Amino acid sequence: MQNLFDLAVTVNGTRYEHAVEPRTLLSDFLRHDLGLTGTHVGCEHGVCGACTVLLDGSPVRSCLMFAVQTHGHEVTTIEGLGTIDHLSPIQEAFQEAHGVQCGFCTPGILTTVKSFLEQNANPSEAEIREAISGNLCRCTGYQHIVDAVQLAAEKMRA
Amino acid sequence: MKPAPFEYYAPTTVEEALSHLAEHGDDAKVLAGGQSLIPMMNFRLVQPSVLVDLNNIPELSYIRPVENGGLRLGAMTRHHQVEIDALVAERAPLLHETMPKIAYSQIRSRGTFGGSVSHADPSAELASVSVALGGSFRLQSQNGERWVPANEFFVGLFTTVLEPGELLVEAALPSMPVRSGWSLMEVARRPHDFALVGVAAVVSLDENNLCQQAQMVFLSAGDVPMVAHKAIESLTGQAPSPKVIQAAAEIAASEDIDPGSDIHATAEFRRHLANVLARRALEQAFKRAGDNQ
Ligand SMILES: Cc1cc2nc3c(=O)[nH]c(=O)nc-3n(C[C@H](O)[C@H](O)[C@H](O)COP(=O)(O)OP(=O)(O)OC[C@H]3O[C@@H](n4cnc5c(N)ncnc54)[C@H](O)[C@@H]3O)c2cc1C
Ligand code: FES
Ligand code: FES
Repeated sequence: MQNLFDLAVTVNGTRYEHAVEPRTLLSDFLRHDLGLTGTHVGCEHGVCGACTVLLDGSPVRSCLMFAVQTHGHEVTTIEGLGTIDHLSPIQEAFQEAHGVQCGFCTPGILTTVKSFLEQNANPSEAEIREAISGNLCRCTGYQHIVDAVQLAAEKMRA
Repeated sequence: MKPAPFEYYAPTTVEEALSHLAEHGDDAKVLAGGQSLIPMMNFRLVQPSVLVDLNNIPELSYIRPVENGGLRLGAMTRHHQVEIDALVAERAPLLHETMPKIAYSQIRSRGTFGGSVSHADPSAELASVSVALGGSFRLQSQNGERWVPANEFFVGLFTTVLEPGELLVEAALPSMPVRSGWSLMEVARRPHDFALVGVAAVVSLDENNLCQQAQMVFLSAGDVPMVAHKAIESLTGQAPSPKVIQAAAEIAASEDIDPGSDIHATAEFRRHLANVLARRALEQAFKRAGDNQ
C-alpha cells in the first residue's frame, strides 16, 4: 500500500476531502470515490473525449490527470451542468435536437460545449465541428450534435 | 487503478524540483501536461517509481519578449496559452499557425511546450517548428545550466540530450529575418490527429528577390525532426521559381527524409506526401516573404 494524499477539491460546487493514492486517475476518482458516474471512460489514453470534464472552467481529459493534481482546484462534471428537473440550456437543446443516441459520448461533449459556448456565443457550423473534433461519437454521425449546439447557442443568447 | 504505484512530489520552485530529480536520478520522471506520459503510464508502458509534478511551479509558465525581437517561453507554458497569445502571433507567426493543429482543445488545455519537445516524438509539431525557427532550449540541473540548439537537442526516437536530473526550463525562439515567410503543412487521417507527414518551412529573400536563407524541417519523416539539407542547399541563392521549388521538394522527399511504414501509411506514400507538402509549403513561404516588407 502506498502513501495516501489528502486531497481537497471542489466538484460541482461541493468541497470534498478525500485520501487518495497518487496514481488514482481523476476519472476513476470521480466515478469510484465520488460516485459521479456521469463522466464516462472510453479509451483512457486521451483519444475519445468521453471523460472530458472542466478544470477551473477549461475542458480537460479526466483520464489524463491524477486526482491529486486537482488539489485546491474546481472540477465541473456533467452532473454539475443541470438536474433532471432543471436542465441547462445545453442539455435541453441536446434533448430537443436529438443530439443524443446511446449517450456514451454525451457527457464529454456537453462539458466541452459548455466551455466553447462561453467563449463563442454565436459560432458557425465550422467552428462547432472544430470544437467537438476531440470527441468521438459512434452513433449520431455528428449532424444532430451540431444542430443541438446551434440550438443551445440560440437558447443561451436569448 | 491503471498506472503502477509511484511516489508523488509537487514542488513549487524549480530549485526544489531539481533537488528531487537529483535525489532520485533515473527512477524519477517529470510530469508536465501529462498528455503523453499519462497515456503511457495507463498502458504501463512506463512505470516510473517517482513522479515530480511541475504543475505547481508558476515560474515555469510565461511568454516573454526579448529585446532583439525574439521570444522566451517557459517550459510549462500550455499549448492553449501559446495558441491565444498576441505576442506569439506577432513575433512567431509560424508557431501561432501551428498551435491549433496540435491535438484537440482538451489536450491543449494541459499539454506544455517543454513536455512536447522533451518527449521528442518525431510527429510533434513543436519539435520541428523549434528547429525550423532556429530555437534553443535551456536545460538546468543542480550542477548548473546549458543552452542547447534545437537542432542538436533531438538525438533519436523519443530521445534527447537531456540527462537524468536535468530539466528543460525554457525555450528561446529568435525573431525571423526581414522579408521572410513561413508555412506549416501537414496531412493527418483526421484533423488534429498526429500527422502522417508534415513540414515546417521558413525562407527569406534578399534585395534581388533571390532566396537568401531557407529552412525546411519534416515531422513524422524519420526518428527526429528531419532537416532537408540538400533541398535547402538547392534553394539558396536561387530565384524561387515554380521549377526551383518543385525540384527542391523532390530532393527533400527522395533524399533528405527517412520515413517508416506503419498501419497508417507506407514509407512510399509518406514520401509522396512529403513532396507535395514541401512544394505547397515553399510556395506559401516564398509568397509571404515577397509580400513582407
Ligand atoms: C489524443 C492525443 C493527441 C495528440 N496529438 C498531438 C499532435 O497532433 N501533435 C503533437 O505534437 N502532440 C500531440 N499530442 C501530445 C501532446 O502535445 C502532449 O501534450 C505533448 O506531447 C507532451 O507534453 P506534456 O506537457 O503533456 O508532457 P508530459 O506528458 O507530462 O511529458 C512527456 C515527457 O517529457 C518529459 N518532460 C516533460 N516536461 C519536461 C521538462 N520540462 N524537462 C524535462 N523533461 C520533461 C516527461 O518526463 C515525459 O517523459 C497528443 C496527445 C494526445 C493524448
Ligand atoms: S477515456 Fe479519456 S479520452 Fe477516452
Ligand atoms: S450517442 Fe452514442 S456515442 Fe455518441
